Amino acid sequence: MNAAGFPILSLVTFLPLAGAFIILMVRGEEAVVARNARWTALWTSLITFALSLILWFRFDPSTADFQFVERAAWLPEFGVNYHMGVDGISVLFVLLSTLLTPICILASWESVQTRVRDYMVAFLVLESMMVGMFCALDFVVFYIFFEAVLIPMFLIIGVWGGARRVYAAFKFFLYTLAGSLLMLLAILAVWYHAGTTDIPTLMATAFPLAMQFWLFLAFFVSFAVKVPMWPVHTWLPDAHVEAPTAGSVILAGVLLKMGAYGFIRFSLPMLPQASADFAPLIFSLSVVAVVYTSLVALAQEDMKKLIAYSSVAHMGIVTLGIFTFTQQGLSGALFTMLSHGVVSGALFLCVGVLYDRVHSREIARYGGVAKIMPAYALIFMLFTMASVALPGTAGFPGELLVIVGAFKVNPWVALGAALGMILGAAYMLYLYRRVAFGRITRDDLRSLLDLSPREYAVFAPLILLTLWMGVYPSSFLSFFEASVANLIARHEAALGAARLAGM
Amino acid sequence: MYVGAIFFPLLGACLAGFFGRWLGDRASMWVTVACMALAAACGLGAFVEVALNGLPGVVPIVTFIDVGGFEVSWALRYDTLSVVMVAMVTFISTLIHIYSVGYMSHDATVPRFFAYLSLFTFMMLMLVTADNLVQLFFGWEGVGLASYLLIGYWYEKESANRAAMKAFIVNRVGDLFFMLGLALTFWTFQSVEFAAIFAGVEAARGVTFLGMPALEVIGVLLFLGACGKSAQLGLHTWLPDAMEGPTPVSALIHAATMVTAGVFLMARMSPVMEYAPLALAIVTVVGATTAFVAATIGCVQNDIKRVIAYSTMSQLGYMFFAAGVGVYQAAIFHLFTHAFFKALLFLGAGSVIHAMSDEQDIRRMGGIWRKIPITYAMMWIGSLALAGVPFFAGYYSKDMVLEVAYAAHSGVGSYAFLMGLLAAFLTAFYSWRLIILTFHGAPRADHHVMEHVHESPPVMLIPLLVLAAGAVVTGFLFYPLFVGAQQEPFWNGAIYTAAHNHVLHDAHEVPAWVPLAPTVVGLAGIALAYALYMFAPGIPGQLAARFDGLYRFLLNKWYFDELYDAIFVRPAQYLARAFWKTGDARLIDGVPNGAADLAVQAARGAVRIQTGRVANYAFAMIIGLVLFVSLLLYGAR
Repeated sequence: MNAAGFPILSLVTFLPLAGAFIILMVRGEEAVVARNARWTALWTSLITFALSLILWFRFDPSTADFQFVERAAWLPEFGVNYHMGVDGISVLFVLLSTLLTPICILASWESVQTRVRDYMVAFLVLESMMVGMFCALDFVVFYIFFEAVLIPMFLIIGVWGGARRVYAAFKFFLYTLAGSLLMLLAILAVWYHAGTTDIPTLMATAFPLAMQFWLFLAFFVSFAVKVPMWPVHTWLPDAHVEAPTAGSVILAGVLLKMGAYGFIRFSLPMLPQASADFAPLIFSLSVVAVVYTSLVALAQEDMKKLIAYSSVAHMGIVTLGIFTFTQQGLSGALFTMLSHGVVSGALFLCVGVLYDRVHSREIARYGGVAKIMPAYALIFMLFTMASVALPGTAGFPGELLVIVGAFKVNPWVALGAALGMILGAAYMLYLYRRVAFGRITRDDLRSLLDLSPREYAVFAPLILLTLWMGVYPSSFLSFFEASVANLIARHEAALGAARLAGM
Repeated sequence: MYVGAIFFPLLGACLAGFFGRWLGDRASMWVTVACMALAAACGLGAFVEVALNGLPGVVPIVTFIDVGGFEVSWALRYDTLSVVMVAMVTFISTLIHIYSVGYMSHDATVPRFFAYLSLFTFMMLMLVTADNLVQLFFGWEGVGLASYLLIGYWYEKESANRAAMKAFIVNRVGDLFFMLGLALTFWTFQSVEFAAIFAGVEAARGVTFLGMPALEVIGVLLFLGACGKSAQLGLHTWLPDAMEGPTPVSALIHAATMVTAGVFLMARMSPVMEYAPLALAIVTVVGATTAFVAATIGCVQNDIKRVIAYSTMSQLGYMFFAAGVGVYQAAIFHLFTHAFFKALLFLGAGSVIHAMSDEQDIRRMGGIWRKIPITYAMMWIGSLALAGVPFFAGYYSKDMVLEVAYAAHSGVGSYAFLMGLLAAFLTAFYSWRLIILTFHGAPRADHHVMEHVHESPPVMLIPLLVLAAGAVVTGFLFYPLFVGAQQEPFWNGAIYTAAHNHVLHDAHEVPAWVPLAPTVVGLAGIALAYALYMFAPGIPGQLAARFDGLYRFLLNKWYFDELYDAIFVRPAQYLARAFWKTGDARLIDGVPNGAADLAVQAARGAVRIQTGRVANYAFAMIIGLVLFVSLLLYGAR
């Protein structure tokens, strides 16, 4: 039935859910429950990750077809089926999700002390939904996962968040829900038109021009909020600031990728003409995002908010790359999504390390940390540099490819995106300087301890990935090469056909 | 050997950086020095093999990126141009490592310093041996990172942090243009590998970009990139501030190697630049102007390292205008000799600072030449070479640079020649101003400092002596190879000279007064410095008072910093706050928050059921479900 010989995608998707059920079964004293919940969650996520590694080794990057496909009848009378599968575009995001979850659980080991069981359950459910979303090949299945991701995230922010958590959780929820409703309508329209919600089939379906326009708008609103694109980005800084560290990691690492993934998976292949027509709008929004949010990041006084704004800027690079419709731009966008998942996740973890010790996110509260926490300072520096896309770190190949791709479409757009290079360096170095450098002025900082073995274990895989992606990006780029090439070939063919039909 | 020259420094950096705590200070120092010495041995071997025996080659390592024809590999390109740089960088870096053993011996985090220094060397070597623009950019940014880390090495000093950040960000401005140049190169040549680019120049001559010849635009963009790294006028403001770093760093990075990367880039891209006459003219004008402006500023600075920093900037200007008139050989020759005497000057200055208990202001020095005679002699040799006094290294290279500017027989060439002559005069003047104020006259330091003035230990003096030897003989020895009779077989095609470019040839046949002129103005500058500072020390003060406006203008470095502050930094800060407080908080958030308030007010009276958060959520879900199901049914009917 597929390359693995067993329904691996369903297994990877629902294994965390099973782990969550086991945790729910645990009864007993508070402390015992907490300990069991932690270990169960960690092992579940680790096994899931190990299982998902099969995808890495067995995936055949030479074809653009969906692989590891599973199909089961669900609502055949409506043309809705349970259909799973991955191609070069989605497979690495599955791995990113399964990698970040154990890291998050490990990172919350000590910092979360209240309602540990519920927390772990929420995280495992979250993992299930994320993986399911990237694997889904049926629009309805996709929509269910896409929406269901919100629930655990909403709870994680709302229950274990900071002081203004309720406001942030609601803002997060309402923004994304508002977008999703439009997407639901769009899905219904699609289904009404094509009679199926099977994604591979829909990709081969030609939609009339007028319909493409409206469908694109509906998808656009939904995905743009998720990305988030300027000017619907303001939920993100608030959500990040209030979320617990691990919540921020998942939010930045995976949830932000959902919007961009949606663009690549649906808007581009299904609505080629509308995508091409809307590209200028996306370009301008992206460039505004890069410049505007970079500047806003420069003024931030809260570490998490600064990194949150920087995420918006990086996502601007991603959306820009997607809509260049060039091989370089799209590959660069996908690579940036991956590297941003790793790097911004790691940066939030870096903030978390300090927050766990001092319980403040205020930049001015720190200074001179490098002196007492040299190993931490080194790691923080590495991720800072990766965030400013220094060659040799994960951030660079993606940004390079997007700029090269954008330059072909419009050099001025490339210039706008490249401005992020300067501003990005400015806000990140300014952050690093205020936190790590300088003289220690506060006495309580003098007694901080450097990283614990657990924290080393949290950072180690991310460090490895950051350098690996920076030095030898080919091993990741080769995964999406065929799929991207296929996507672009079909996009151009569709545009060509439309042009012919127009004449 | 080819790989060893590049990767031994990285090994040293990793050993000292990650295991420094276990190795201890002394071990990590000598481990890095040993790695550097090995690299230098490999570098010299490669020089003999590639440059002298004429056997260039490319060592491929692994594919970096391959996306839709955008193919980039990690590879080491060994031709004469890169091997000259490799040999020079590894050799000087080794000396500076050894010097640092003495200079940094009292520092608290010695392994960190040596790790940074070796990391820098590795990145610089990657830069010069790159076989494509992306790998060059890797080295380019890598040296930027190392420079940032080393300028801010003493991170408890606020000024050092500020300088480090400034260096990185100003460099990034240049990098932006580099990146765009890289993109345009790809779309013009369908490749960023040097071999493919050089082969495609002929075909690309007709390509236009936004109505301009693409080659010209590439040339200008890459030159703007080079401006950042090489501190050319406009993007130079970081270099003087970079002197916050420890002195060996200033010698290695901000004099001998990193700042010359831009010149290297111009030489590397010579096949493209040769067909971009307008870009070359811009290079010439900017280079010449930089040479002059920096020299004027150097005349009034009072910090010993800043004076030398401005002289570096000025000499970089020489290299650029030599490249600008199409004689990249002369630019590289000057780069090569300059590395020796400028490293010597900086290390000599370091020795002075060491002797004076970390005093850097030459107004508080003086009268110490008898106490540190070897350092004194070294500073003389360095300054003689810098001023281009006959038979020292700088004499050969600087004369050559000015001769080619003259021989270019073009408007910009003549402008460069004139600016170069003026700068040569000023260079000699401020060099001797520095020597006289530092070493001669009555002591102006307090007696505690004076009591402690002492000659540096041998571990610092030996590198000085080696560099001094280089500052004396490199010009004479390498003249025939770099720019003289044997230049063509020596370069072996690594530097391209177009068929229409006869400047180097003509430079050997200029009128007799041209080669003499730099020497004459140099000696005049020295004489003026003696007259003003040795024999009539009252005059400079009177001059400064008389021409107060001019003096302030120069002292404040032509007000570049203030200008940039006013037109870039402040508006950016203002915009940042405005976007945040008004744009985000009031405008963008205002809409949903306002809508939410409205909804809350409307709902308050009507719906009292939804109080908890979960209830709200469930409600929304239910509505969604209802909509979904009803539409589904509607469709199925």
